[in-house]
Amino acid sequence: MSAAAGAAALSGESYLTDGFSLRSWLLTTDHKRIAILYLASITVFFFIGAAGAALVRYNLIVPEGLIKSAETYNRLFTMHGVVMVWFFLVPAVPVTLGNFIVPLMLGARDLAFPKLNLVSWYLFMLGGAIVLYSLFTGGVDTGWTFYTPLTTQYSKGHVVATVIGIFIAGFSSIATGLNFIVSIHRLRAPGMTWFRMPVFLWSLYATSVILVLATPVLAMTLVLLAFERIFHIGVFDPTLGGDPLLFQHLFWFYSHPAVYIMILPGFGIVSEIVPAFSRKPLFGYTFVVWASIGIAVISFLVWGHHMFVAGTSLFSALVFSILSYMVAVPSAIKVFNWIGTLHKGFIRFDAPMLYALGFIGLFTMGGLTGLFVAALAADVHLTQTYFVVAHFHYVMVGGMVSAFFAGLHYWWPKITGRHYPEMWGRAGALIIFIGFHLTFFPQFILGYLGMPRRYHSYAPEFQVLNVLSSAGTTILAAGYLLPLGYLTWSLLRGERAAPNPWDATGLEWQTPSPPPTENFVATPVVTEEPYAYPRPKPQATS
Amino acid sequence: MNLWLTAATHNATQVDYLIFALVLISCAVLALVFGLMLLYMFKYRAGSDIDRGTLPRKTWRLEAAWTAATLVAFFGLFVWGAKLYLLLFQPPADALQIHVIGKQFMWKAEHDGGQREINAIHLPVGLDVQLVMTSEDVIHDFSVPAFRIKHDVLPGRYEALWFRVDIPGTYHLFCTQFCGVDHANMVGEIVAMPKADYQKWLARSDAGETLAAAGKTLFMRYGCSGCHGGDGAGANQSQSTVRAPSLAGLYGSPVTLADGRVVKADDRYLRDCILTPARQRVASYLPVMPSFAGEISEEELLKIIAYLKSLSQQEPS
Repeated sequence: MSAAAGAAALSGESYLTDGFSLRSWLLTTDHKRIAILYLASITVFFFIGAAGAALVRYNLIVPEGLIKSAETYNRLFTMHGVVMVWFFLVPAVPVTLGNFIVPLMLGARDLAFPKLNLVSWYLFMLGGAIVLYSLFTGGVDTGWTFYTPLTTQYSKGHVVATVIGIFIAGFSSIATGLNFIVSIHRLRAPGMTWFRMPVFLWSLYATSVILVLATPVLAMTLVLLAFERIFHIGVFDPTLGGDPLLFQHLFWFYSHPAVYIMILPGFGIVSEIVPAFSRKPLFGYTFVVWASIGIAVISFLVWGHHMFVAGTSLFSALVFSILSYMVAVPSAIKVFNWIGTLHKGFIRFDAPMLYALGFIGLFTMGGLTGLFVAALAADVHLTQTYFVVAHFHYVMVGGMVSAFFAGLHYWWPKITGRHYPEMWGRAGALIIFIGFHLTFFPQFILGYLGMPRRYHSYAPEFQVLNVLSSAGTTILAAGYLLPLGYLTWSLLRGERAAPNPWDATGLEWQTPSPPPTENFVATPVVTEEPYAYPRPKPQATS
Repeated sequence: MNLWLTAATHNATQVDYLIFALVLISCAVLALVFGLMLLYMFKYRAGSDIDRGTLPRKTWRLEAAWTAATLVAFFGLFVWGAKLYLLLFQPPADALQIHVIGKQFMWKAEHDGGQREINAIHLPVGLDVQLVMTSEDVIHDFSVPAFRIKHDVLPGRYEALWFRVDIPGTYHLFCTQFCGVDHANMVGEIVAMPKADYQKWLARSDAGETLAAAGKTLFMRYGCSGCHGGDGAGANQSQSTVRAPSLAGLYGSPVTLADGRVVKADDRYLRDCILTPARQRVASYLPVMPSFAGEISEEELLKIIAYLKSLSQQEPS
């Protein structure tokens, strides 16, 4: 095998040239090809979700709403939320970059269950197709949170179909999580002990644990919701003897950990990139690893902070408030560690690094505003307003999407064998950073002033800030279209990439770009800590 | 563009202090994070030949230091936020009660004198006001940004909010829990007026009969009086075929239930007794009371409860 793979690598053959038929793609069990299938799929979902966001923002340019129908507006923001959360943010990093890089980083031939990996893509697409069908044939106007009894008794849209789509896509999450957990346990290369694993693997391990434990709770909740809606079995509706708060408890028991499903892989990516472009080991590796595990554990114990004004007991509010502060501690640790990594480094500013630095800035702002909504009395004023909208967009879009782009640019030469155009990459990072702030910073102020979220029309005094926010959306949209353009261009015209263009550590860089189908010519052996970057000698001044 | 929001209650000012403190802390942390990032990006850029010295080998002291510092700061914020929150949801006993019912897509308010309003609530400044709120359909949320308060309004139960307005004025009332198509139009205004004006407003509004009086009529019509007595005085075996507890002086007093729990007879308790009597049976009484769930509307319920309340005010126990 290794001889054949060696010959293949020399002759320029790779997983990309291993079959060109549609069948060779649709029935592949190669983790790298499945990652490409996922990448194409989530790109489509991202732009559908983003179109929803853009329409929502343009509606809010005038106080009475540019879209005349409130119902249409409600369906748009529901569509935006459903598609972005379940079909972009939750899967994005694990199923694309994770799928591609995890086996390479482990020094493995593939994931532990290659066929399950392919099944997960089909489940994802089936779920996605059902959701898109229901969204485009009338839609849902419940918000992505599906609060009962509005959803079970009052809403007229395609609630059940949407819920079934999410339910099915959930199994794809579980399959992916399971695959990563088993792979990381069983397929590490000789010499790769747990504490020689790059943080990206640790992050995906923590993410996978959450995926496997939390997603079933969402599945059960959605089944109960569908049963109440179809058969009027009283679970959540008080007129049927149910409890509407039960739905919120179950929903947030999944949906809060889901926030960490989105952001933990981002932490992993940034923890790869900052050392690589600072030519230094990650500062406090062990702390960063335990911070990831700590986040995964505590994330299951903070769901109640979504319900501080929902009618739960005062005592539970106190407990959830202090636990929410606890979960913020490991996140803060990570930010300090990334900055510590920059200290005394030899910092290069290639596009992946710019995106990663942007991530640190945006995530810090998202995290700090989380302190506002974890403080009980402040949350009473700020929750359900645009403050919360801005807060979670800073974390999920500013944070997670920036990290995704950082990783995509970082591993792009590995994935495609081509370089993206560097100047365009840097411009994209900058435009996204600026557009993002212009879009979402005004929303913090709007929220403090009291503008509620999910409003089709609003009081005139909120207009100026809304217009600013909508203007930012235009810049942000340009920022997101830019990578779509230049990355696609680079597929055909990009400069050929060497096996290790960033001169980075990590086993994924020890094989050709793009890698052969078998990944490695010979099974690699790990002999040192991760991020063992040699100290470059300072250039001698002449 | 107005970037200032009136703080019309004492609580609002207190919440503002907390928020401003959070803003200050955030700015300090941001200055530190961005400052260090920019400094290192410049100082340690690859092209710079500054002497980097040797790398520190052990990091745990630094890690422990900033972890501990973060923990202490967070604990302080937690205590601050929690103290205010507890005040916010523990109403004083003698607050003026106003009843609020949310429904798709309007706010209905009823005053004890029987005055009714839609999408507006008139109330006096300088007095503690308690809102007792419920919903007829989905979950709504009663939010007044100028008071920095907000609480979900749920179907099937009473939730309460209280505040004391210091500054007369008209303030936004928003529904902040997505409740359906016209969610954005479920808005209204809170009109806070000096006490004298408020009295004039009460007198001017066509009230019909007081809530308690209307409640008494309903008390008779639904047959409550058959067991609990014509004036809610209770009945024993000799007067009636069924023995039911006395309701006079009940409101606000502790009640021992059949399962040994002792609960306070507040609005929520009375409401539950009427709708699900079997679940809170009073000790030493038989579970014979039928449920009125689905028969009595929310508005009738609050009138009956107002009547029961009036029984305690007449003859304090």
